[in-house]
Amino acid sequence: MLPTKTLRTALAASLLAAGTASADILTIATVNNGDMIRMQGLTQHFTAKTGHSVEWVTLEENVLRQRVTTDITTKGGTFDILTIGMYETPIWGANGWLVSLNDMPASYDTDDILPAMRGGLSHDGTLYAAPFYGESSMIMYRTDLMESAGMEMPEAPTWQEVEAAAAAMTDKDNEIYGVCLRGKAGWGENMAFITTVANSFGARWFDENWTPQVDSAEWKEAVSFYYNLLTNYGPPGASTNGFNENLSLFQQGKCGMWIDATVAASFVTNPNDSTVADKVGFALAPDTGLGKRSNWLWAWALGIPAGTQKEEAAKQFIEWATSKDYLALVAEKEGWANVPPGSRTSLYENPEYSQIPFAKMTLDSINAADPNDPTVGDVPYVGIQYVAIPEWQGIGTAAGQEFSAMLAGQQTVEEALANVQQLTAEEMEAAGY
Amino acid sequence: MARSVTTQRKVFNTLLAWLIGLLIFFPILWTILTSFKTEAQAINDPPLFLFFDWTLENYAVVQDRSNYTRYLWNSVIIAIGSTILGVLIAIPAAWSMAFIPSRRTKDILLWMLSTKMLPAVGVLYPIYLLFIQLKLLDSRLGLTIILMLINLPIIVWMLYTYFREIPGEILEAARMDGAGLKDEILHVLTPMAIPGIASTVLLNVILAWNEAFWTLNLTAAKAAPLTAFIASYSSPEGLFYAKLSAASTMAIAPILILGWFSQKQLVRGLTFGAVK
Repeated sequence: MLPTKTLRTALAASLLAAGTASADILTIATVNNGDMIRMQGLTQHFTAKTGHSVEWVTLEENVLRQRVTTDITTKGGTFDILTIGMYETPIWGANGWLVSLNDMPASYDTDDILPAMRGGLSHDGTLYAAPFYGESSMIMYRTDLMESAGMEMPEAPTWQEVEAAAAAMTDKDNEIYGVCLRGKAGWGENMAFITTVANSFGARWFDENWTPQVDSAEWKEAVSFYYNLLTNYGPPGASTNGFNENLSLFQQGKCGMWIDATVAASFVTNPNDSTVADKVGFALAPDTGLGKRSNWLWAWALGIPAGTQKEEAAKQFIEWATSKDYLALVAEKEGWANVPPGSRTSLYENPEYSQIPFAKMTLDSINAADPNDPTVGDVPYVGIQYVAIPEWQGIGTAAGQEFSAMLAGQQTVEEALANVQQLTAEEMEAAGY
Repeated sequence: MARSVTTQRKVFNTLLAWLIGLLIFFPILWTILTSFKTEAQAINDPPLFLFFDWTLENYAVVQDRSNYTRYLWNSVIIAIGSTILGVLIAIPAAWSMAFIPSRRTKDILLWMLSTKMLPAVGVLYPIYLLFIQLKLLDSRLGLTIILMLINLPIIVWMLYTYFREIPGEILEAARMDGAGLKDEILHVLTPMAIPGIASTVLLNVILAWNEAFWTLNLTAAKAAPLTAFIASYSSPEGLFYAKLSAASTMAIAPILILGWFSQKQLVRGLTFGAVK
């Protein structure tokens, strides 16, 4: 009873303080990521400021996606704010399912949001979700292993250089593997990674007429490279390794390199969890000299479902949670290393934040990714590690299983590519492209 | 000689049973052990079994972050409510099928069971739309009704099996003595079937407690039970296995204790009629 009472008293007090005529209770659906959990802990500052209180519904990413999709398509009205990714935001915005955020007040300074993030979260110039934190992907490598191999990691390496470094660092007898990469099936797991590799090798999912291109020479070259790299220098059982499995391997000192989300940098450099915290270097994701690096762009963003009864209060929350003041609040309470990265330009201009070892590389990686121009050749779609069309979840899931089976030795590179080409063509035909 | 073989076999059977039991219980044991480790110990390679610095930190974090009592209370109400409601409907249904079967009784029983073969997600949208219309989204009443409906076939089947074991003549004798339908079911049939009803109730409380599709999809903040509590600690981007294990342990503890104390009834209920 006590917490409820305290909450009520706090609410009443804050209402008086804010002088608001009505206080709403906002229901927010979110994911269990560190930055989100931190935001939950700071909600009382929002309540004190506006009088509105917040109920959190925290779910695992895939469950959340299914849950909010069901609610938004049926106009269930369960949630007032949704935590959504860069993949669904433009699709849902185009469908009219989200409230436009173009009318945020001048003090919010929308122009301060990193251009890559703003672009990925907009449709036809309308911003449909505000980035809470953003990420790209980059190389995290072991400085000590590179040094003992007598090598130096360039700031912007090519895939060939990465392969050479992987070969030099691999020491299977001591369970050290040159490179750890995603192999676990899933459109947000191995397909995110493989698609960025393909982009850097000049491959693309579709040509301008939406014809699948997975049977192209570029795809074969990219997937063969990925297969050989991971088979020769990767850990055993790589076909079931996703973000968490690789994070665990890297933290235990078993990977020479790991190419994955920039957000992992704060984990691998945290001495409480990582045995290699002081031996990690960062570099841009590799390329092949064709003009596209293999790094992705992702944001967890806050959007308002169309038809909510509490639009005004919901906008106030988004304004608070994605503001410059919020970043300063987190810095004050938990230190600069825990500030949600990748959302605002001003954060990277802050001299204190630039002291963080991975800050610059995160920003450079984000800036090197353009979801509106993801590939070497022209494409009709938006999205770097995904294709922003509703059919992608199905295609990506099925393709992920094919590539994972390839890595597990159940089929060859050629067979996997042929299967993916066929399933993509079938799905697109059924969707009427 | 014969005696020593029997003893040996007994020892062998007991050991085998323990081994299989431990093997089945191991994932739960591992979850409980992990909940007392730090996040770094949780992913240690080689895995740490018993010799690590035991900590209660994860429980403190989980307790601090989530309103466990609210989730627990929702689980209790939904699991017990749906079971009671189910039993109230299933007793008359099973009575009629066991004692006054018609030509179609077998078909009806099979048809009822066939609804369990439908993947739940297949009816998610219709049910969700109905819930919006009836204003049942994120309500304990809505979840109680839906869990009662999905478990009803099992309750009816189990009770039907128990009732079939009771000689119809006893009910007939009660009727001859002037008992009405209500008395016959309430005062004659139910007391005789109490062990069967008890194991049915127990099994259904467990099924309702563990149900994780509808409870996740039809709730948000107010009616969310312990399944949603566990789900809130699962993270694809970050290693929080120790905290997830602490949340899981807290969620399964009540039902584990209930299962432990009622294992006799459960085993009896599940093996009833199996050796005939």
